Amino acid sequence: MASPEGNEGGIVMRAAGAGAGSASRTPPAAPGKRIEVPIKKAGGGVEEKLHTWPFLVRNEFLMTLLVIIVLTVWSLLLNAPLEQPSNPTRTPNPSKAPWYFLGLQEMLVFFDPWYAGVVLPSFIIVGLMLIPYLDINPKGNGYYTLKERFFEIMSFFIGFHILWVSFIIIGTFFRGPGWNWFWPGQVWDPHLVEALTNVDLPYMFGFRDYLASALFGLFLIGGYFVVGYAVLYFWIRARPAGDPWSAFPGGGPEILEKWGPVRFGITGFLLIAMAGVFIKMALRHALNIKYILVTPWINI
Amino acid sequence: MAKFDWNETKRQITDSQAWQSIFRHGYEDTPRNRILMVSGNVWLHLHPSKVQKHTVRLRFTWCMGGITFLLFLVTVITGVYLMFYYRPTAEYAYADMKYLEFDMPFGMLMRNMHRWAAHGMVIAVWLHMFRVFMTGSYKPPREFNWVVGVILLVLTLLLSFTGYLLPWDQLSIWAVTVGSNMARATPLLGHGGPFHEVLGVNPVYDARAFIFGGAEIGPHTLLRFYILHCIFFPLIASIFMAVHFWRIRRDGMSGPL
Repeated sequence: MASPEGNEGGIVMRAAGAGAGSASRTPPAAPGKRIEVPIKKAGGGVEEKLHTWPFLVRNEFLMTLLVIIVLTVWSLLLNAPLEQPSNPTRTPNPSKAPWYFLGLQEMLVFFDPWYAGVVLPSFIIVGLMLIPYLDINPKGNGYYTLKERFFEIMSFFIGFHILWVSFIIIGTFFRGPGWNWFWPGQVWDPHLVEALTNVDLPYMFGFRDYLASALFGLFLIGGYFVVGYAVLYFWIRARPAGDPWSAFPGGGPEILEKWGPVRFGITGFLLIAMAGVFIKMALRHALNIKYILVTPWINI
Repeated sequence: MAKFDWNETKRQITDSQAWQSIFRHGYEDTPRNRILMVSGNVWLHLHPSKVQKHTVRLRFTWCMGGITFLLFLVTVITGVYLMFYYRPTAEYAYADMKYLEFDMPFGMLMRNMHRWAAHGMVIAVWLHMFRVFMTGSYKPPREFNWVVGVILLVLTLLLSFTGYLLPWDQLSIWAVTVGSNMARATPLLGHGGPFHEVLGVNPVYDARAFIFGGAEIGPHTLLRFYILHCIFFPLIASIFMAVHFWRIRRDGMSGPL
């Protein structure tokens, strides 16, 4: 792409761009760090500012051209799909949701629809909206840094890239008839039967009574959250002072104090619920566990 | 008769009342004109007249917010073309798709561009969210704009999802069936969900029936999705986009101090 430096300070820009991270961030109090070689002074302009016209508008124009060209060529080469006329009496196998929802459809393997299709997406949307209010780390505002925001970036990476994007890829390319696993190129066998040997966790532990199973499941789920909160609490409290992850010099206790119980509670709930997806998947794959909590109304 | 003088003619045109009523400033590359170019233009004044240097760098912005908006505009323009040839009734919808593809000038191209731009918009909006997260741009004072952005993400998905049904082929009705069946499982509000007895919902009167406009996917659903797709969601998304852009304009782009 066109470099936006225009007629002033090309070197300033490159110097700032070289360390695309904390190095390029200079606090306003110490401006001396930056290598500044103004080639030509803008007419009394403020430092580090460019005229939108032509510098930004030019970039936008070129990008628009590029996107339109790519889209047009793509559309000339690849036709949008149009299958047989709709027929409500003939269900295709597999029936797949639009690709951007396949991560949720994949969750149906592990959870009931009320959780995979309704509650979990609600958690995702609400959780995403709450991010700015839960993350009180003042560092990393407006520049790329992994070191100063390790915990936040890891949470996002697990939630977005692993749980969302990679499951879309699995749902799109690796699922065939009966939602069975097929490798790309492998022939889809619609008669493939996979033995359903799943068993509920309380049953595996010998519980045969409905009430006892439900109570045991409830105890496990509750215990999981208690343990999860405890792990999160003690892990954060053990952050040493001067930890580069946190902006608070007092270390763990100061983080917890600034964070407060409400933020801690909500963040913990979302993280533990997110980790629960992985745990349920592991239990299913390793031990063929169907449900952990079994009640007449809901199963998890 | 005087000799033809190009510069004199040009001056006469640019000094005329008509010209001056349309163009308020000259085109010479002066700092004043650069500013007027942005502040005097209704479209460009979405931008501030001056921007911080790093906000022009693609390495910082990835240009993904702009590309999302551009792809939205592409779908609006191609969508208007498609609306000319498409009737949202079960009898005609599929046939109209065929006519569109084989009979209409550029019909196939318009349909392709509409569909691929819509898919591209979903990807671009995710990449935009990823970039904004990575630069921590949701941090104060821009928290609420992130919330608006999440709403726009949901609206993008809903726009795409409602459009998915309109070709009225096997792919569309079954994909929408799978997607909408989730609403059946809504706790309390779906007739297949936990605690559905509490409110007494049933297949013709529950969350999924609200989406479908009836107990099953059918012509009523097609009309409903068509109106949502062509009018309601674009309108709502435009309103939120206005808020989104305006707040960026007020707060400025995030960046190293």
